[in-house]
Amino acid sequence: MRLHLQIWRQENSSAPGRLVKYTLDDVSGDSSFLEMLDLLNEQLVGKGEVPVVFEHDCREGICGACGVMINGQAHGPSARTATCQLHMRTFKDGDTIQIEPWRSVAFPVIRDLMVDRTSMDRIVQAGGFISVRTGSAPEANLTPVPKGDSDEAFDAAACIGCGACVAQCPNGAAQLFTSAKVGHLNILPQGQPERYQRAAGMVARMEAEGFGSCSNYRECEAVCPKGISVDWIARMNRDFLLARLKGL
Amino acid sequence: MNLQSKIPAGPLADKWTNHRDHLKLVSPANRRKFKIIVVGSGLAGGAAAASFGEMGYNVECFCFQDSPRRAHSIAAQGGINAAKNYRNDGDSIWRLFYDTIKGGDFRAREANVYRLAEVSLEIIDQAVAQGVPFAREYGGLLDNRSFGGAQVARTFYARGQTGQQLLLGAYQALAKQIAAGTVKMTPRTEMLDLVVEDNRAQGIVVRDMITGEVRSHAAHTVVLATGGYSNVYNLSTNAIGCNTTAIWRAYRRGALFANPSFGQIHPTCIPQAGEHQSKLTLMSESLRNDGRIWVPMKTDETRAAGQIPESERDYFLERKYPAFGNLVPRDVASRNAKTVVDEGRGVGPMKNGVYLDVADAIPRLGRETIEERYGNLIEMYQRITGENAYSTPMRIFPAPHYTMGGLWVDYNLMSTIDGLFVIGEANFSDHGANRLGASALMQGLADGYFIAPYTVANYLSAHLGEEVGASGDAFRRTAEEVRQRTEKLLAVNGSRSVDSFHRELGRIVWDDCGMERVAQGMQQALAKIPALRDKFHQDVRVLGSGAELNQELERAGRVADYFDLAELMCRDALHRDESCGCHFRAEHQTDEGEALRHDDQFSYVAAWEHVGDGQEPRMHKEELSFEFVQPSQRSYK
Repeated sequence: MRLHLQIWRQENSSAPGRLVKYTLDDVSGDSSFLEMLDLLNEQLVGKGEVPVVFEHDCREGICGACGVMINGQAHGPSARTATCQLHMRTFKDGDTIQIEPWRSVAFPVIRDLMVDRTSMDRIVQAGGFISVRTGSAPEANLTPVPKGDSDEAFDAAACIGCGACVAQCPNGAAQLFTSAKVGHLNILPQGQPERYQRAAGMVARMEAEGFGSCSNYRECEAVCPKGISVDWIARMNRDFLLARLKGL
Repeated sequence: MNLQSKIPAGPLADKWTNHRDHLKLVSPANRRKFKIIVVGSGLAGGAAAASFGEMGYNVECFCFQDSPRRAHSIAAQGGINAAKNYRNDGDSIWRLFYDTIKGGDFRAREANVYRLAEVSLEIIDQAVAQGVPFAREYGGLLDNRSFGGAQVARTFYARGQTGQQLLLGAYQALAKQIAAGTVKMTPRTEMLDLVVEDNRAQGIVVRDMITGEVRSHAAHTVVLATGGYSNVYNLSTNAIGCNTTAIWRAYRRGALFANPSFGQIHPTCIPQAGEHQSKLTLMSESLRNDGRIWVPMKTDETRAAGQIPESERDYFLERKYPAFGNLVPRDVASRNAKTVVDEGRGVGPMKNGVYLDVADAIPRLGRETIEERYGNLIEMYQRITGENAYSTPMRIFPAPHYTMGGLWVDYNLMSTIDGLFVIGEANFSDHGANRLGASALMQGLADGYFIAPYTVANYLSAHLGEEVGASGDAFRRTAEEVRQRTEKLLAVNGSRSVDSFHRELGRIVWDDCGMERVAQGMQQALAKIPALRDKFHQDVRVLGSGAELNQELERAGRVADYFDLAELMCRDALHRDESCGCHFRAEHQTDEGEALRHDDQFSYVAAWEHVGDGQEPRMHKEELSFEFVQPSQRSYK
């Protein structure tokens, strides 16, 4: 199929960016969205033009490296699908596709479609862990965890840290990302000792990084490639409030 | 060079304990005086960096991704083995050890493999304490499943995302140390060389992938945890960024490369759909527990799978291996799939796959159970192929997946360069000629959490009080060589893209040094690879400059190293005139088509030494002695 692409090109974080138009022919419906960009880049290199920079690694929807706004939607039109898993059969011949980087104050553009998401790492560093020294763990089956709790913890832990939730949020909020980690650890018995410090620390870091506030648009949930529920935000808010009451 | 494996004496079950009891220690007060560089942040590197940091060492960790959470360990689906015997089905450390060494077709060290089985118990405890949400039973205790090649259920799993959950556990432990200031994490940075002086690792030279700046970092010891090199094949299940450069550069600086041709081809991947495909996607082989593998009886079958009656289907693994059926080891499953496709019985539009069918399991277990076990895999399959696996069987075919070969290390995981440790998939140590399912995660975490923290301390204890710095001649020289290599690639300004060369190289290695190997093919490859490499250096086109973010340049550097590695792989595969595990030489097979070892000639590790460009590498042998098990001919009938 033939596609009309409008791609955000920006040389570095301080340079102004703009949308550049490209036409791409012979795109197979069986290729992935990123393979479509590979094809474009191969043609650009052939013409002596600088290829488009975009982030990617595993290309099977689990590492969380990839992600672009596709016609204004984070990761594009398919539900619960990361950009690398989006296949071109979703589009049709003659389509125009606008491709932009994640947009958020806390995600400065590095170049073209690549952004800096280290702010999310810093949120995890502020309490997104259970402190257990290597070698000091008790026998694994000493602590039974109700299957329901364990399954729920997994639902939250499935977050791949791609940042689509932030990119799609009109406020640029990171509540879904942060609450998924808080929720995963706070629901488990192992996570109880640090439960309230965790909620307080991660929320404080999130605000300090310049992410916006949550006003329940729920756009984050709609674009999350792992289908993480906004219920986690409510649970995080509860733990955060309790942390406040405890003076943390 | 005399290879010293440093395997401790004594009974197998006591070796590690005795050895650990006598390793030298570094006192807590002295640990911060030592600087440790860890390259790579996957299960091995992330676990090691977090553990070193927590012990009080001064750690610097590098990864090429934008965050340590993205390392390719994250993509492991199926599970992690541990000899907990929670199922009361007769499992034990000895059995896990025996299955692993037998699965490796008796080309691994007994002592290393036993230690791996031993520490598997602690890994599960550690991960659970970190909050890794392994699957549980209704009573709240951990669930297990059986996995390729095992007759006991010893695999712990977290839906189809076990690697992700274990990596996030290590990443979170690492995050805590970063916040505590014991680990300095430097993402988006690629190691391009190792600095060696007097055969001792002094540090590394890296390139900042955003600014292009080439920098040097010195340390008392360097730990490489940089993963495997399946991407030499171009199409593999590895992440696009996985590469051999770190270990290849160490090889060129004096570290021996062991068994480079031992690579695993994973049986259950989605077949290639077209020319511009960038990678192959793996479906966890746990699907083989409940899925049945078959092809049509006759060639040129045109009916859809559902139209082919039971009597005209060939469940070839169940037919040939009644005891193990669909759960035969990976290499056996892969080769048998290749055989039926070569016979013209392949399925799918390109006739390049075999069916993996869960239809029989649905009435037996209920659709809910199937969804719970494999839901995410079936969803992923649908996204990629557009087909629904509940109504149409999935199509699978083998793809390069994991490399057992890697830098040679002794029992302490130290390479032949003093102070250079190599852990995880990057070393060669535990899997012999074939890796059992669910043991890669086990090895990465064993090395990172429970082995390197002891053995690296032992090494450091002899270097207390030594100052390190990156200003010496060796650093200047190495950094200059890195800059020259970069400039050379940029200066070619030819006509072909890096990817086009990678595709061509990948085809050569896949055809001649892939699932089935013959001497003549590898001799041809050894002629074709240097010719293509010359063309690459004359005609590759890398635009832009080295002083900026340049993804083409990153790829060009990696592909340049793949050429040299591919040549060494073929050389190794050619010299090993026997079949063992994944290394299947068509000239050496039993009447049943199984790998036929020649223990009298090849019961050794082939460790290759780089002696200079344009010269044949020198091979050193580490003889394998089997004191505790008797190497047997594998039979999965």
